[in-house]
Amino acid sequence: MSASWLLRRLALILYTVFIVSVLVFGITQALPADAAVTLLGENATAEALNAIRERLGLGDPIWWQYLRWVGHAATGDFGLSMRTGQPVGPEMLTALGRSLLLAVAAILVMLVIAVPLGMLAAVRQGKLADMATGLISYLGVSFPEFVTATLLAMLLADTLQWLPATGYVSPLEDFGGAVRHLALPVLTASLILVAHVARMVRSETLDVLHSDYIRAARLKGLPERTVLVRHALRNALLPVVTIVALDVGYLLGGIIVIEEIFAIPGIGRQLMVAVTARDLPSIQAGALIMSATYAVANTLADVAYAVLDKRIRYD
Amino acid sequence: MTDLLRRLMRTPQGAIGLILLAVLAAACLFGPWLAPHDPEKMDFLGRFRSLGAQNWFGADQFGRDVLSRLLVGARSTLPMALAATLLGTVAGAVVGTASAYLGGRWDEAIMRTIDAVMAVPGLLLALLLVSTLGNGAGNAMIAIAVTFAPGMARVTRAVALTVRGQDYVKSATVRGESASWIIFREMLPNVMAPVVIEATIRVSFAVMLFATLSFLGLGAQPPASEWGLMVAEARQYVHQAPWILIAPSLAIALTAIAFNLLGDGLRDAMNPRDER
Repeated sequence: MSASWLLRRLALILYTVFIVSVLVFGITQALPADAAVTLLGENATAEALNAIRERLGLGDPIWWQYLRWVGHAATGDFGLSMRTGQPVGPEMLTALGRSLLLAVAAILVMLVIAVPLGMLAAVRQGKLADMATGLISYLGVSFPEFVTATLLAMLLADTLQWLPATGYVSPLEDFGGAVRHLALPVLTASLILVAHVARMVRSETLDVLHSDYIRAARLKGLPERTVLVRHALRNALLPVVTIVALDVGYLLGGIIVIEEIFAIPGIGRQLMVAVTARDLPSIQAGALIMSATYAVANTLADVAYAVLDKRIRYD
Repeated sequence: MTDLLRRLMRTPQGAIGLILLAVLAAACLFGPWLAPHDPEKMDFLGRFRSLGAQNWFGADQFGRDVLSRLLVGARSTLPMALAATLLGTVAGAVVGTASAYLGGRWDEAIMRTIDAVMAVPGLLLALLLVSTLGNGAGNAMIAIAVTFAPGMARVTRAVALTVRGQDYVKSATVRGESASWIIFREMLPNVMAPVVIEATIRVSFAVMLFATLSFLGLGAQPPASEWGLMVAEARQYVHQAPWILIAPSLAIALTAIAFNLLGDGLRDAMNPRDER
């Protein structure tokens, strides 16, 4: 991993964020709502409307508006929310923190379930455990988050009353409460990922198990456990890093729905509220921050991959 | 084609997928005639009637027959998902093939831009587009198509790069054919097979995405019996009548499973060597 490779990756992130910012700005500028009317209401006088258009610079050329917006966004200033009048940036970053908590927990839960499941399926290829894993994978990728979420909430919160159905508690104030409130959302978010990753782990493990060095390890007379854990698992897990990074995009999309259903004040829910209220600065900030998070996650995965796999040389 | 179908039926995934799809197609084509009741007919004495002879899948908060609503609702879910996938696939295939044909700097620029667009999570992009175009089933369809196009372009380009080196493309270039002739008449027809497999699996994503947008109130609008919308409306009545939530949920999942199975079956049928 050379410095020039890292620099190129950084340039790629910047290009990605640039395209995304053009996309987000372009799409939101095309919103049919007139920002001035949204702020002042339908009954505002023409003078008042013109005054606020003047103040927001709505009459300026579009590229100038874009540059001004990007310039401010780069310093974390996304403007004031049209709904609450509060600065959007800090609000969105706080929300992002809650979403990341949910996302990281979901990824950890997923790994704990998916890796052993996939390995088991590979070791018992064609047996019952393999078929069961295949079935779970199929079901996992075929249930959209909102269906999984509503069905799980129905079962675990309404019928069995084990977990609270909605709400968010900060883990800093009440850790137990936070865990109980996050349980359903994390479970929902991890299910689709489990399906993806278990499948991937299975096929990678199968590849590795059929390789020469595993045969060599077996011929050396190493116990099967050592062969599986020390030799097979390490190599099978490498490509999984990439899949998990790609799934972060999935997760971020899913989080919009999951936070909406479980009433978690994360960035996804903020975005939904903003979309419903046509709150332009909030939509722009939310979309840009989410996309940038995904781009960074992908780059981190590439770096992790390079660090883990000594054979790969990026230069 | 018949050979492919025969091979498809021989794989368990393909066979089950095709059977499920036949049921769904029947619901789409003949739903209104198959429905035992009028899906809009309210019956206040039969509110939340549970599963039984009168309403096989029970009745909802207005006493409407859930089975009838599901059967008719197939029409507002499936064709939209299919159209979105088709539109996104065609657009993506053209861009991907053109990118592979142009090569060099153009290819690099197009692909990096596609990477950047794909850095926006799918649901988020669809959400942004629908909020711009306005809520509604048609706009949700367009948004999903736009969301799918970059991924399809990437898949198509990978295939098109191998096609580009083939002799028939070289000979067309030497003949002096125009770029559009080579892209549309020589390359595109030969990249279709893997693209079709990819598109089949994407239909299941399209079904889920469309239902999700409707669930969030951005896609199909009431009183349509679109399945995602049915789930959204049923949520508040989960105590009285869980079946009005479960029935459309299973319908969505079953549809997604059907297309996933068909896609995997197609892959096996087209590459018989890969045993895994």
